Amino acid sequence: MPLSPVPQSAPGPDSAPRSFSLAIAGSGGAGVMTAGTLLLDAAARAGLYGLMVRTSGPQIRGGEAAALLRLGPQPLATLDDRFDMLLAIDWQNLHRFADEVPLGPGSLLVGDSGEGDPPAALLASGAHAVALPLKKTVKGVAGAWVNMVALGFGGAIVGLPLAALEAALRASWKRSPPALDANLAVLRHGFGFAAGLDGHRPAALSMPATAPPGRWSISGNEAAGFGAIRAGVRFVAAYPITPATELLEWMAPALEKVGGTLLQAEDELASINMIIGAAYGGVPSLTATAGPGISLMAEAIGLAVAAEVPIVIVDVMRGGPSTGIPAKSEQSDLSFAVAGLHGDAPRLVLAPTSIGDCLTTTEWAVRLAETLQAPAIVLSDQFMGQSRAVVDRPAGAGGPAPRLVVAGNTPDYLRYADTPSGISSMAIPGTPGTMYTADGLEHTEKGIPSSQAGDHSRQLDKRRRKLEQFDYGPRWADVEGDAALAIITFGSTSGAVREAIARCAAAGVALRLVALRLLAPLQAAALAQALAGVREVLVVEQNHEGQLLRYLRSRCDLPGRATGLHRPGPLPLRPAELTAAFMDWAAQQDHGEGRA
Amino acid sequence: MNEVAAPVETAAFAAADYKSGYKPVWCPGCGDYGVLGGLTRALAILQLPPHQVAVVSGIGCSSRIPAYTSCYGFHGVHGRALAAGTGLKVARPDLTVIVAGGDGDGYSIGGNHFLHACRRNVDLTYIVMDNHVYGMTKGQASPTTEPDWNSKLTPGGTGVRSFHPLVIALAAGANFVARAFSGDSGGAAEIIAQAIRHPGFSFVEVLSPCVTFRPEQKDWKQAVRRTEIPATADPAQAARRIMTDDGFNIGVLYAGDRPVYGRTHGTGIAPAELEGEFAL
Repeated sequence: MPLSPVPQSAPGPDSAPRSFSLAIAGSGGAGVMTAGTLLLDAAARAGLYGLMVRTSGPQIRGGEAAALLRLGPQPLATLDDRFDMLLAIDWQNLHRFADEVPLGPGSLLVGDSGEGDPPAALLASGAHAVALPLKKTVKGVAGAWVNMVALGFGGAIVGLPLAALEAALRASWKRSPPALDANLAVLRHGFGFAAGLDGHRPAALSMPATAPPGRWSISGNEAAGFGAIRAGVRFVAAYPITPATELLEWMAPALEKVGGTLLQAEDELASINMIIGAAYGGVPSLTATAGPGISLMAEAIGLAVAAEVPIVIVDVMRGGPSTGIPAKSEQSDLSFAVAGLHGDAPRLVLAPTSIGDCLTTTEWAVRLAETLQAPAIVLSDQFMGQSRAVVDRPAGAGGPAPRLVVAGNTPDYLRYADTPSGISSMAIPGTPGTMYTADGLEHTEKGIPSSQAGDHSRQLDKRRRKLEQFDYGPRWADVEGDAALAIITFGSTSGAVREAIARCAAAGVALRLVALRLLAPLQAAALAQALAGVREVLVVEQNHEGQLLRYLRSRCDLPGRATGLHRPGPLPLRPAELTAAFMDWAAQQDHGEGRA
Repeated sequence: MNEVAAPVETAAFAAADYKSGYKPVWCPGCGDYGVLGGLTRALAILQLPPHQVAVVSGIGCSSRIPAYTSCYGFHGVHGRALAAGTGLKVARPDLTVIVAGGDGDGYSIGGNHFLHACRRNVDLTYIVMDNHVYGMTKGQASPTTEPDWNSKLTPGGTGVRSFHPLVIALAAGANFVARAFSGDSGGAAEIIAQAIRHPGFSFVEVLSPCVTFRPEQKDWKQAVRRTEIPATADPAQAARRIMTDDGFNIGVLYAGDRPVYGRTHGTGIAPAELEGEFAL
C-alpha cells in the first residue's frame, strides 16, 4: 500500500490534542540543542508534556543542526505533521531541513535580521517570514549567547511564562553568576520581541493551572540504560556507535554508582563475547549497539543460545544496510533480529513502543533473559534513543529476576538437563562441586560435546521449549479497541499510529491497535485472540521491505488479506499521512465487504 | 623458583584432581597433553580450589582443554576466548581466569583481541599452544607458520612472514611474557604457576608440537633449552633478547609491573537513587 513520501500539507481530521511544534535550527556551535533542551525543561515546569528530537547534518562538528520540539498538554510520542515555527539562528545549509521541518502558510519562519532572506526551499512553504535582531541583542552584553534570545522568543510564542524559562536557565547554569545574569537579560529581551509581532503568529498553548508532580524528562537511550540497571545489569561491554553511544555514556557513571562496570571494548566482537563471559560468571550483562555492530555480534549471539547464557543486546536501529544513514531512524533490523543467526537458534526479541517504554521493555528483557537463560535483543531506534521526552514516570517491569542456579555439591549435576520447562539450573563459577564447561558445541545434558542425533534434537527441543512454553503475561503487546479493522505495528512507529487512530476515531472510523512489544517468540495464540472479530489488518512499519508483515505471515494466519503500509527512514511516519492512509484503507475494506 | 618446590603428593589438591577424566580428542603424541599436564600441575602448585578457577577457550584442537580440566570451563567461539575471559574476570575478580587456545585462534582470527588484552592488562593468564598449523581443519598455515611451508590451501607456502607473538605481546604491553615447551611438562607447570601468580596480563607461549601435520616438530625436543638468564623488568632488554634468540629459549622472558586493569566493585547505591536525574 503506497504512502506519500512527502507529508501532505492538509492534515487529517483535526482531532489531535492541541500541541505546538517548533524547530530551533542553526549551524554547529549556535547552541540550538541547549536552547531546545531548556525550552523542553521550561515547558515541563509549566506543566506541559513535550518531545524533543535532535537532527543534524553529516558533519562531525560545526554542521547544521536542529532541535525539533512538540509541546502540549497531553503525552506526545511522535512529531506532528507540520511545524508552527522554525526559529533559525542562521541560514547555513538549513534548506537541508526542508523535508524534516515541514512548514505551511500558518507557520512562522524566524531568522536573524543580519542573515538575509530565508532559503527559497523554506519560503516555498508559504510560511510567514520574520526577521529579529537576535545577534544584535547580544552585541556588547558580555557573556550573553544568541541562543538565549531565541529561547526567550520561542518560549513566548509557545505561550510559556517567562518565569518557567528563567527557572530552566537558572537550574542548568554551571558557569559564573554574572554570565547567568547577562543571559537572563537577553532571554527577557527575546521574550519581549514576541509582543512586537503583527497578527501573523500561531496560536499559543494555554498553560495548565498547576505543574503535576511525578513526571520525568528522559531520552530513550537513558531510559533503556536505567531499565537495565533496575533489572540488575552490572556489567556492560560495548564499542561506540551512533546512535547507541549516549546509552553507554549514560550507563558508564551510573554503573559505577551502583557498583558495576562498563568496559569500552576494542570492537563489537569483543563486547558481545565479554558480556557472555561476564554473564556466564553470574553477573547480568548487556551491550548496546546499532545495525553494523549487531551484524558483527551474530556468531556470538548464537553461542549465547547454545551455551544458554543470558545476555541483552540493545540495538538502537538506524538506516541500513551497511553504514546506511547512521544518525536517522529506521525499523529495518527486525528481520535480522528474529532470523539472523545460523542454525536453529531461538532467541528473545523485544521492542519498546515509546521513549518511556524503553525503560520498561529493557528491564523486562533483562528479566526474561535471566529467567530463560537466553539472549534478548531489544529493538530501540534512533528516534526513541536520541529524543528526549517529558513523560509520566515509567511503570517499570519488576526489578531483577533471579536466575535458576544450582546449589553447591549437588550430586549428578546436569547443566543442560532436559526439564519439562526447558529451563535447567545453572552453576555459577565459584560454586563447589558443580563444575561444568559451557559450550557452543552441541552437547549432552551434562555439557559434554556430542554430535549424536538424539542429543542434538533433545537440546534443540529444550531451547525452543523454554521460550515457547513460558507465560509472558499481558505485556507482549499493547492492544487497544475492539474494531473489526486492526492496525498492527511495533516499536517507535506505535506513537504515530496511535495518534492517527485517534484522529480516525474522531472522524467516525474505528480501528483496533496491536502494538507488539514481544516479537520473538511470536505470541501467535495471544495475537489471534487480540484479533478476534477482526476482518482485515494493516501492518505499519518504518522500513522498505515490510519486514514485520513478512514475519507475521511466516508465523501465523492473519485475518483477511493482511496489507502492509511501510516506508523506510529517514523521514518519520507522520500522523496526518497515516490518518489519510488509514481512512482510505478503511473505506476500501467497507467497499469490498459491500461487494461480497 | 623455590616457592614452587612444595611436594605435590602431600598437598590437598594433586595435579590429577584438576583433570576431568574425559578422553581428549587429541591425536596420540600431541603436545597439548603436555600442556594439560603442565596446567594441572601448576594449579596443584598454587593449591587453587578447582571451583574457583575458570578455563576459557575458543575453537581449535587446543581449545578443547577446558572440558579436560575439573575447573569451570567455557568453550566459546573461534578467536574470542580473550574477550570472554576478560568479561568474566572483570565481572568476577575473585575467580582465577585462565584463557587457553592455539596460534590460529589467538593470533589470526583473535589477533585484535590479543593486542588489546595485552595493553588492557586485566589480571588473567593466556596460554597459547603454538604448533604453527591449523590442526582441526587438517593442516593449513597459521600466522606462525614458516612462509615456505607447503599446504593444499597455500601451495608452495604462504610467502608471508610469520608472526612473532612474544615481541608483539611485549610491544602491546603484556605484563608477563614467557615461553614454555609441552615436552617439559614440569617446566611448563612452573612457568604457568608463575604466570598465574603474576599480576596483570600474563602471556605464556607454549611450543606444542602437532605430530600429525607437522611431524618435523618432534625435533623441537632437541632444540629447546631452559634460559639461564633471569627474567627482566626492562622491556627494551626483553625485546632485544626475544628478537635475537632462536625461538627455543624456554623460561620467563619479561615480568613487568604495569598497573592492573580494574575498578573497585563497591555495593554502591540503590538503583532507585538514580531516578533523581530524571524526575522533574
